[in-house]
Amino acid sequence: MLAKRIIPCLDICNGRTVKGTNFVNLRDAGDPVELGRLYSEQGADELTFLDITASFEGRKTFTELVERIAANISIPFTVGGGIHELKDVERLLKAGADKVSVNSAAIKNPHLIDEIALNFGSQVCVAAIDAKQTDEGWRCFLNGGRVPTDRMLFEWAHEAQERGAGEILFTSMDHDGVKQGFANEALRHLSDELSIPVIASGGAGAKEHFRDAFTEGHADAALAASVFHFGEIPIPELKQYLCDLKIPIRI
Amino acid sequence: MNIAIVKYNAGNIHSVINALGRLGVKALLTDNEEELRRADKVIFPGVGEASTTMEYLRAHNLDRIIRDLKQPVLGICLGQQLMCSRSEEGNAECLGIFDVPVLKFNPQRHEDKVPHMGWNTIETDGKGIFKEFDKPEYVYFVHSFYVPVCDWTAARTDYILPFSASLHKDNFYATQFHPEKSGGTGERILKNFLDI
Repeated sequence: MLAKRIIPCLDICNGRTVKGTNFVNLRDAGDPVELGRLYSEQGADELTFLDITASFEGRKTFTELVERIAANISIPFTVGGGIHELKDVERLLKAGADKVSVNSAAIKNPHLIDEIALNFGSQVCVAAIDAKQTDEGWRCFLNGGRVPTDRMLFEWAHEAQERGAGEILFTSMDHDGVKQGFANEALRHLSDELSIPVIASGGAGAKEHFRDAFTEGHADAALAASVFHFGEIPIPELKQYLCDLKIPIRI
Repeated sequence: MNIAIVKYNAGNIHSVINALGRLGVKALLTDNEEELRRADKVIFPGVGEASTTMEYLRAHNLDRIIRDLKQPVLGICLGQQLMCSRSEEGNAECLGIFDVPVLKFNPQRHEDKVPHMGWNTIETDGKGIFKEFDKPEYVYFVHSFYVPVCDWTAARTDYILPFSASLHKDNFYATQFHPEKSGGTGERILKNFLDI
Protein backbone atom coordinates (compact mmCIF):
# COMPACT_ATOMS: atom_id res chain seq x y z
CA MET A 1 0.00 0.00 0.00
CA LEU A 2 1.23 3.47 -0.85
CA ALA A 3 2.67 4.98 2.33
CA LYS A 4 1.80 8.38 3.76
CA ARG A 5 4.97 10.48 3.64
CA ILE A 6 6.72 12.36 6.43
CA ILE A 7 8.73 15.26 5.03
CA PRO A 8 11.10 17.38 7.11
CA CYS A 9 11.43 20.82 5.62
CA LEU A 10 14.72 22.63 5.89
CA ASP A 11 14.37 26.37 5.45
CA ILE A 12 17.66 27.66 4.10
CA CYS A 13 19.13 31.10 4.62
CA ASN A 14 22.71 31.76 3.53
CA GLY A 15 23.34 28.01 3.28
CA ARG A 16 22.15 27.33 6.83
CA THR A 17 18.94 25.77 8.13
CA VAL A 18 16.57 28.10 9.92
CA LYS A 19 13.00 28.07 11.15
CA GLY A 20 10.94 30.84 12.60
CA THR A 21 7.59 31.26 14.25
CA ASN A 22 5.03 32.63 11.82
CA PHE A 23 7.89 33.22 9.35
CA VAL A 24 9.78 35.74 11.52
CA ASN A 25 12.35 35.44 14.33
CA LEU A 26 14.53 32.92 12.52
CA ARG A 27 16.51 30.45 14.62
CA ASP A 28 19.58 28.54 13.46
CA ALA A 29 19.21 24.77 13.36
CA GLY A 30 22.28 23.47 11.63
CA ASP A 31 23.97 22.41 8.43
CA PRO A 32 21.47 21.38 5.71
CA VAL A 33 23.50 18.44 4.39
CA GLU A 34 24.21 16.96 7.82
CA LEU A 35 20.65 17.49 8.93
CA GLY A 36 19.32 16.02 5.66
CA ARG A 37 21.47 12.93 6.02
CA LEU A 38 20.40 12.51 9.63
CA TYR A 39 16.73 12.70 8.63
CA SER A 40 17.27 10.24 5.81
CA GLU A 41 18.84 7.76 8.24
CA GLN A 42 16.00 8.30 10.70
CA GLY A 43 13.42 7.33 8.09
CA ALA A 44 12.25 10.61 6.55
CA ASP A 45 10.46 9.77 3.29
CA GLU A 46 11.49 12.91 1.45
CA LEU A 47 13.21 16.19 2.19
CA THR A 48 12.30 19.71 1.18
CA PHE A 49 14.84 22.54 1.06
CA LEU A 50 13.32 25.99 0.81
CA ASP A 51 15.52 29.00 0.22
CA ILE A 52 13.23 31.26 2.23
CA THR A 53 15.03 34.49 1.58
CA ALA A 54 15.28 33.94 -2.14
CA SER A 55 11.93 35.13 -3.30
CA PHE A 56 11.97 38.18 -1.01
CA GLU A 57 15.47 39.32 -1.83
CA GLY A 58 15.46 38.02 -5.37
CA ARG A 59 18.32 35.62 -4.76
CA LYS A 60 18.79 32.30 -6.53
CA THR A 61 18.77 29.05 -4.58
CA PHE A 62 22.27 27.83 -3.95
CA THR A 63 23.09 25.29 -6.61
CA GLU A 64 26.20 24.08 -4.85
CA LEU A 65 24.26 23.19 -1.76
CA VAL A 66 21.85 21.18 -3.91
CA GLU A 67 24.78 19.30 -5.45
CA ARG A 68 26.12 18.41 -2.01
CA ILE A 69 22.69 17.25 -0.88
CA ALA A 70 22.27 15.09 -3.99
CA ALA A 71 25.65 13.45 -3.49
CA ASN A 72 24.96 12.60 0.15
CA ILE A 73 21.29 11.68 0.39
CA SER A 74 19.51 8.57 -0.93
CA ILE A 75 15.88 9.71 -0.72
CA PRO A 76 13.96 12.12 -2.96
CA PHE A 77 14.25 15.83 -2.28
CA THR A 78 12.50 18.97 -3.39
CA VAL A 79 14.05 22.40 -3.74
CA GLY A 80 12.12 25.64 -3.62
CA GLY A 81 12.60 29.36 -3.32
CA GLY A 82 13.89 31.76 -5.92
CA ILE A 83 12.56 29.83 -8.90
CA HIS A 84 11.37 32.39 -11.40
CA GLU A 85 11.86 30.78 -14.78
CA LEU A 86 12.54 27.51 -16.55
CA LYS A 87 16.30 28.14 -16.44
CA ASP A 88 16.20 28.04 -12.63
CA VAL A 89 14.39 24.71 -12.75
CA GLU A 90 16.87 23.24 -15.20
CA ARG A 91 19.82 24.36 -13.08
CA LEU A 92 18.38 22.81 -9.91
CA LEU A 93 17.41 19.52 -11.57
CA LYS A 94 20.87 19.31 -13.09
CA ALA A 95 22.36 19.85 -9.65
CA GLY A 96 20.44 16.77 -8.50
CA ALA A 97 17.06 17.93 -7.16
CA ASP A 98 14.22 15.48 -7.83
CA LYS A 99 11.46 18.08 -7.69
CA VAL A 100 11.15 21.83 -7.57
CA SER A 101 8.46 23.76 -5.76
CA VAL A 102 7.20 27.01 -7.21
CA ASN A 103 5.23 29.50 -5.19
CA SER A 104 5.19 33.25 -5.78
CA ALA A 105 6.55 32.96 -9.32
CA ALA A 106 3.75 30.60 -10.34
CA ILE A 107 1.05 32.90 -9.02
CA LYS A 108 2.62 35.83 -10.88
CA ASN A 109 3.16 33.72 -14.00
CA PRO A 110 0.94 30.60 -13.95
CA HIS A 111 2.32 29.52 -17.31
CA LEU A 112 5.55 28.56 -15.50
CA ILE A 113 3.77 25.42 -14.24
CA ASP A 114 2.84 24.41 -17.81
CA GLU A 115 6.42 24.95 -18.92
CA ILE A 116 7.92 22.87 -16.11
CA ALA A 117 5.45 20.02 -16.68
CA LEU A 118 5.99 20.08 -20.42
CA ASN A 119 9.78 20.16 -20.24
CA PHE A 120 10.50 17.96 -17.23
CA GLY A 121 7.24 16.15 -16.41
CA SER A 122 4.55 16.81 -13.84
CA GLN A 123 6.35 14.71 -11.25
CA VAL A 124 9.02 17.39 -10.76
CA CYS A 125 6.56 20.25 -10.30
CA VAL A 126 5.28 20.94 -6.80
CA ALA A 127 2.92 23.91 -6.59
CA ALA A 128 3.47 25.47 -3.15
CA ILE A 129 0.64 27.62 -1.90
CA ASP A 130 0.70 29.84 1.20
CA ALA A 131 -2.83 30.71 2.22
CA LYS A 132 -4.61 32.45 5.06
CA GLN A 133 -8.25 32.47 6.10
CA THR A 134 -9.95 35.79 5.34
CA ASP A 135 -13.54 37.02 5.39
CA GLU A 136 -13.93 35.85 1.79
CA GLY A 137 -12.35 32.44 2.44
CA TRP A 138 -8.84 31.01 2.01
CA ARG A 139 -6.69 33.55 0.18
CA CYS A 140 -3.24 32.95 -1.36
CA PHE A 141 -0.29 35.07 -0.22
CA LEU A 142 3.08 35.83 -1.77
CA ASN A 143 6.63 36.22 -0.48
CA GLY A 144 6.37 34.13 2.65
CA GLY A 145 3.01 35.55 3.62
CA ARG A 146 3.82 39.22 3.24
CA VAL A 147 1.68 40.07 0.21
CA PRO A 148 -1.99 39.15 -0.34
CA THR A 149 -3.07 38.16 -3.87
CA ASP A 150 -6.40 38.11 -5.69
CA ARG A 151 -6.17 34.30 -5.87
CA MET A 152 -8.22 32.02 -3.67
CA LEU A 153 -6.73 28.73 -2.44
CA PHE A 154 -9.13 26.20 -3.94
CA GLU A 155 -9.44 27.73 -7.40
CA TRP A 156 -5.69 28.30 -7.65
CA ALA A 157 -4.87 24.75 -6.51
CA HIS A 158 -7.25 23.41 -9.12
CA GLU A 159 -5.76 25.60 -11.83
CA ALA A 160 -2.23 24.50 -10.84
CA GLN A 161 -3.32 20.87 -11.20
CA GLU A 162 -4.86 21.54 -14.62
CA ARG A 163 -1.67 23.25 -15.73
CA GLY A 164 0.35 20.18 -14.85
CA ALA A 165 1.53 20.45 -11.25
CA GLY A 166 2.31 17.01 -9.83
CA GLU A 167 1.64 17.86 -6.19
CA ILE A 168 0.22 20.66 -4.06
CA LEU A 169 2.13 21.80 -0.97
CA PHE A 170 -0.41 23.72 1.07
CA THR A 171 0.82 25.86 3.96
CA SER A 172 -1.71 27.48 6.21
CA MET A 173 -0.22 30.80 7.33
CA ASP A 174 -2.67 30.81 10.23
CA HIS A 175 -1.34 27.50 11.52
CA ASP A 176 2.35 27.77 10.63
CA GLY A 177 4.65 27.99 13.64
CA VAL A 178 1.77 27.88 16.11
CA LYS A 179 2.05 24.10 16.70
CA GLN A 180 -1.67 23.57 17.20
CA GLY A 181 -2.23 21.18 14.30
CA PHE A 182 -2.67 21.40 10.52
CA ALA A 183 -5.57 23.13 8.74
CA ASN A 184 -7.43 19.85 8.38
CA GLU A 185 -10.72 21.13 7.04
CA ALA A 186 -9.10 23.00 4.17
CA LEU A 187 -6.73 20.08 3.61
CA ARG A 188 -9.56 17.62 3.31
CA HIS A 189 -11.35 19.89 0.87
CA LEU A 190 -8.19 20.09 -1.27
CA SER A 191 -7.43 16.36 -1.10
CA ASP A 192 -10.96 15.37 -1.97
CA GLU A 193 -11.24 17.85 -4.84
CA LEU A 194 -7.86 17.27 -6.47
CA SER A 195 -6.53 14.24 -8.32
CA ILE A 196 -2.88 14.94 -7.40
CA PRO A 197 -1.24 14.39 -3.98
CA VAL A 198 -1.57 17.08 -1.32
CA ILE A 199 1.18 17.79 1.21
CA ALA A 200 0.06 19.31 4.50
CA SER A 201 2.26 22.05 5.91
CA GLY A 202 2.09 24.41 8.84
CA GLY A 203 1.01 23.62 12.37
CA ALA A 204 2.73 20.41 13.46
CA GLY A 205 3.35 20.43 17.21
CA ALA A 206 2.53 16.88 18.32
CA LYS A 207 2.34 13.37 16.88
CA GLU A 208 -1.45 13.53 16.97
CA HIS A 209 -1.36 16.42 14.51
CA PHE A 210 0.22 14.20 11.87
CA ARG A 211 -2.41 11.53 12.53
CA ASP A 212 -5.15 14.13 12.07
CA ALA A 213 -3.63 15.48 8.84
CA PHE A 214 -3.86 11.97 7.38
CA THR A 215 -7.14 10.75 8.86
CA GLU A 216 -9.13 14.03 8.96
CA GLY A 217 -7.27 16.07 6.37
CA HIS A 218 -6.82 13.17 3.91
CA ALA A 219 -3.32 14.46 3.18
CA ASP A 220 -0.91 12.25 1.22
CA ALA A 221 2.10 13.66 3.04
CA ALA A 222 2.84 15.93 5.97
CA LEU A 223 5.67 18.41 6.14
CA ALA A 224 7.16 20.01 9.23
CA ALA A 225 10.33 21.78 10.31
CA SER A 226 10.97 22.89 13.87
CA VAL A 227 9.45 19.86 15.62
CA PHE A 228 12.05 17.78 13.80
CA HIS A 229 14.98 20.21 13.95
CA PHE A 230 14.78 20.71 17.66
CA GLY A 231 14.14 17.05 18.37
CA GLU A 232 10.69 17.64 19.82
CA ILE A 233 9.29 14.78 17.74
CA PRO A 234 11.88 12.17 16.71
CA ILE A 235 10.94 10.78 13.28
CA PRO A 236 11.29 7.08 14.24
CA GLU A 237 8.94 7.62 17.19
CA LEU A 238 6.44 9.50 15.01
CA LYS A 239 6.45 6.80 12.34
CA GLN A 240 6.02 4.01 14.88
CA TYR A 241 3.11 5.90 16.44
CA LEU A 242 1.37 6.29 13.04
CA CYS A 243 2.13 2.69 12.12
CA ASP A 244 0.53 1.46 15.36
CA LEU A 245 -2.61 3.37 14.33
CA LYS A 246 -2.68 1.34 11.08
CA ILE A 247 -1.85 4.38 8.96
CA PRO A 248 0.28 3.13 6.03
CA ILE A 249 3.81 4.26 6.89
CA ARG A 250 7.25 3.16 5.75
CA ILE A 251 9.19 1.83 8.74
CA MET B 1 34.71 -2.94 -11.28
CA ASN B 2 33.87 -1.22 -14.52
CA ILE B 3 30.30 0.14 -14.48
CA ALA B 4 28.86 2.01 -17.44
CA ILE B 5 25.71 4.11 -17.44
CA VAL B 6 23.96 4.57 -20.77
CA LYS B 7 24.17 8.22 -21.70
CA TYR B 8 21.05 9.52 -23.42
CA ASN B 9 18.47 12.29 -23.25
CA ALA B 10 16.92 11.24 -19.94
CA GLY B 11 16.65 12.82 -16.52
CA ASN B 12 17.91 11.39 -13.20
CA ILE B 13 21.14 9.92 -14.58
CA HIS B 14 23.15 11.90 -12.04
CA SER B 15 21.21 10.52 -9.10
CA VAL B 16 22.29 7.03 -10.23
CA ILE B 17 25.91 8.18 -10.46
CA ASN B 18 25.60 9.68 -6.96
CA ALA B 19 24.07 6.47 -5.56
CA LEU B 20 26.90 4.37 -7.00
CA GLY B 21 29.36 6.89 -5.61
CA ARG B 22 27.93 6.31 -2.12
CA LEU B 23 28.68 2.58 -2.66
CA GLY B 24 32.24 3.51 -3.57
CA VAL B 25 31.84 2.86 -7.30
CA LYS B 26 32.76 5.40 -9.93
CA ALA B 27 30.59 4.85 -13.00
CA LEU B 28 31.34 5.84 -16.58
CA LEU B 29 28.60 7.77 -18.36
CA THR B 30 28.84 6.87 -22.04
CA ASP B 31 27.01 6.24 -25.30
CA ASN B 32 30.10 4.73 -26.91
CA GLU B 33 29.49 1.20 -28.22
CA GLU B 34 32.92 -0.16 -27.27
CA GLU B 35 32.79 1.28 -23.76
CA LEU B 36 29.31 -0.14 -23.18
CA ARG B 37 30.29 -3.57 -24.49
CA ARG B 38 33.48 -3.69 -22.41
CA ALA B 39 31.82 -2.71 -19.10
CA ASP B 40 31.34 -5.39 -16.41
CA LYS B 41 27.84 -4.07 -15.80
CA VAL B 42 25.60 -1.58 -17.54
CA ILE B 43 22.88 0.59 -15.99
CA PHE B 44 20.11 2.02 -18.17
CA PRO B 45 18.32 4.65 -16.03
CA GLY B 46 15.84 7.23 -17.09
CA VAL B 47 13.02 9.59 -16.44
CA GLY B 48 11.28 10.84 -19.53
CA GLU B 49 8.76 10.13 -22.26
CA ALA B 50 8.84 6.76 -24.04
CA SER B 51 8.34 7.63 -27.73
CA THR B 52 10.78 10.57 -27.91
CA THR B 53 13.35 8.60 -25.91
CA MET B 54 13.05 5.60 -28.25
CA GLU B 55 13.52 7.91 -31.23
CA TYR B 56 16.71 9.20 -29.63
CA LEU B 57 17.98 5.68 -28.87
CA ARG B 58 17.34 4.56 -32.46
CA ALA B 59 18.96 7.66 -33.92
CA HIS B 60 22.10 6.92 -31.88
CA ASN B 61 22.05 3.16 -32.53
CA LEU B 62 21.70 2.59 -28.80
CA ASP B 63 18.62 0.38 -29.26
CA ARG B 64 20.70 -2.31 -30.97
CA ILE B 65 23.66 -1.87 -28.61
CA ILE B 66 21.52 -2.30 -25.46
CA ARG B 67 19.65 -5.29 -26.87
CA ASP B 68 22.94 -7.04 -27.71
CA LEU B 69 24.63 -6.53 -24.32
CA LYS B 70 25.77 -9.79 -22.71
CA GLN B 71 26.80 -8.60 -19.24
CA PRO B 72 24.28 -7.86 -16.44
CA VAL B 73 22.15 -4.84 -17.41
CA LEU B 74 19.88 -2.94 -15.01
CA GLY B 75 17.07 -0.80 -16.41
CA ILE B 76 15.53 1.73 -14.03
CA CYS B 77 12.05 3.31 -14.28
CA LEU B 78 11.68 4.41 -17.91
CA GLY B 79 14.62 2.05 -18.53
CA GLN B 80 12.44 -0.91 -17.52
CA GLN B 81 9.58 0.30 -19.68
CA LEU B 82 11.81 0.78 -22.73
CA MET B 83 13.08 -2.81 -22.34
CA CYS B 84 9.53 -4.05 -22.99
CA SER B 85 7.89 -4.66 -26.38
CA ARG B 86 5.89 -1.48 -26.72
CA SER B 87 4.45 1.36 -24.63
CA GLU B 88 1.09 3.10 -24.62
CA GLU B 89 3.04 6.29 -23.89
CA GLY B 90 3.28 7.93 -27.30
CA ASN B 91 2.47 4.51 -28.84
CA ALA B 92 6.18 3.68 -28.81
CA GLU B 93 7.83 0.58 -30.22
CA CYS B 94 10.40 -0.36 -27.58
CA LEU B 95 13.44 -2.64 -27.29
CA GLY B 96 11.51 -5.92 -26.97
CA ILE B 97 13.83 -7.56 -24.44
CA PHE B 98 10.78 -8.45 -22.35
CA ASP B 99 7.86 -9.48 -24.56
CA VAL B 100 5.23 -7.58 -22.60
CA PRO B 101 3.53 -4.23 -23.31
CA VAL B 102 3.65 -1.12 -21.08
CA LEU B 103 0.18 0.17 -20.19
CA LYS B 104 -1.25 3.37 -18.74
CA PHE B 105 -2.71 3.25 -15.22
CA ASN B 106 -6.48 3.46 -15.28
CA PRO B 107 -7.61 4.82 -11.87
CA GLN B 108 -10.71 3.18 -10.41
CA ARG B 109 -11.23 5.33 -7.32
CA HIS B 110 -10.44 8.90 -6.27
CA GLU B 111 -7.64 7.70 -3.98
CA ASP B 112 -5.90 6.08 -6.96
CA LYS B 113 -3.86 9.08 -7.97
CA VAL B 114 -1.71 8.97 -11.10
CA PRO B 115 1.28 9.21 -11.23
CA HIS B 116 1.82 6.51 -8.64
CA MET B 117 4.25 8.53 -6.55
CA GLY B 118 5.87 7.70 -3.25
CA TRP B 119 6.91 4.71 -1.19
CA ASN B 120 5.20 1.40 -1.80
CA THR B 121 6.02 -2.19 -0.93
CA ILE B 122 7.50 -4.81 -3.24
CA GLU B 123 7.14 -8.55 -2.92
CA THR B 124 10.16 -10.09 -4.55
CA ASP B 125 11.34 -13.48 -5.76
CA GLY B 126 14.27 -13.21 -3.32
CA LYS B 127 16.78 -13.79 -6.10
CA GLY B 128 19.21 -11.79 -8.22
CA ILE B 129 18.99 -8.12 -7.29
CA PHE B 130 16.62 -9.13 -4.47
CA LYS B 131 18.97 -11.62 -2.88
CA GLU B 132 18.19 -12.02 0.84
CA PHE B 133 14.92 -10.10 0.56
CA ASP B 134 12.63 -12.22 2.70
CA LYS B 135 9.81 -9.76 3.44
CA PRO B 136 8.04 -6.89 1.66
CA GLU B 137 10.17 -3.74 1.55
CA TYR B 138 9.35 -0.12 0.76
CA VAL B 139 10.86 1.48 -2.35
CA TYR B 140 10.27 4.79 -4.12
CA PHE B 141 8.10 4.97 -7.26
CA VAL B 142 7.19 7.77 -9.69
CA HIS B 143 5.34 6.58 -12.79
CA SER B 144 2.09 6.78 -14.75
CA PHE B 145 2.63 3.69 -16.92
CA TYR B 146 3.16 0.13 -15.72
CA VAL B 147 4.26 -3.32 -16.83
CA PRO B 148 1.63 -5.99 -16.09
CA VAL B 149 2.55 -9.08 -14.08
CA CYS B 150 4.10 -11.52 -16.55
CA ASP B 151 6.50 -14.50 -16.85
CA TRP B 152 9.50 -12.26 -16.09
CA THR B 153 8.10 -10.52 -13.00
CA ALA B 154 10.78 -10.55 -10.27
CA ALA B 155 8.93 -8.25 -7.86
CA ARG B 156 5.36 -7.08 -7.74
CA THR B 157 3.53 -4.15 -6.20
CA ASP B 158 -0.17 -3.58 -5.80
CA TYR B 159 -1.37 -0.13 -6.84
CA ILE B 160 -4.71 0.10 -8.66
CA LEU B 161 -3.78 -3.45 -9.70
CA PRO B 162 -0.84 -5.81 -9.21
CA PHE B 163 1.98 -4.84 -11.59
CA SER B 164 5.65 -5.67 -12.23
CA ALA B 165 7.84 -3.63 -9.90
CA SER B 166 10.79 -5.53 -11.35
CA LEU B 167 11.58 -7.82 -14.27
CA HIS B 168 14.35 -10.32 -14.86
CA LYS B 169 15.29 -12.39 -17.89
CA ASP B 170 18.78 -13.82 -18.52
CA ASN B 171 21.28 -10.96 -18.08
CA PHE B 172 18.59 -8.26 -18.09
CA TYR B 173 17.26 -6.85 -14.80
CA ALA B 174 14.87 -3.97 -14.44
CA THR B 175 13.02 -2.00 -11.78
CA GLN B 176 10.04 0.30 -12.14
CA PHE B 177 10.98 1.99 -8.86
CA HIS B 178 14.10 4.06 -8.20
CA PRO B 179 16.67 2.09 -6.17
CA GLU B 180 18.90 5.19 -6.24
CA LYS B 181 16.20 7.07 -4.29
CA SER B 182 15.02 4.22 -2.07
CA GLY B 183 17.27 4.74 0.94
CA GLY B 184 18.90 1.68 2.52
CA THR B 185 16.67 -0.80 0.66
CA GLY B 186 17.66 0.74 -2.65
CA GLU B 187 21.32 0.53 -1.71
CA ARG B 188 20.92 -3.19 -0.99
CA ILE B 189 19.39 -3.69 -4.45
CA LEU B 190 22.15 -1.75 -6.22
CA LYS B 191 24.76 -3.62 -4.20
CA ASN B 192 23.19 -6.96 -5.15
CA PHE B 193 23.30 -5.91 -8.80
CA LEU B 194 26.98 -4.99 -8.48
CA ASP B 195 27.62 -8.41 -6.87
CA ILE B 196 25.95 -10.47 -9.63
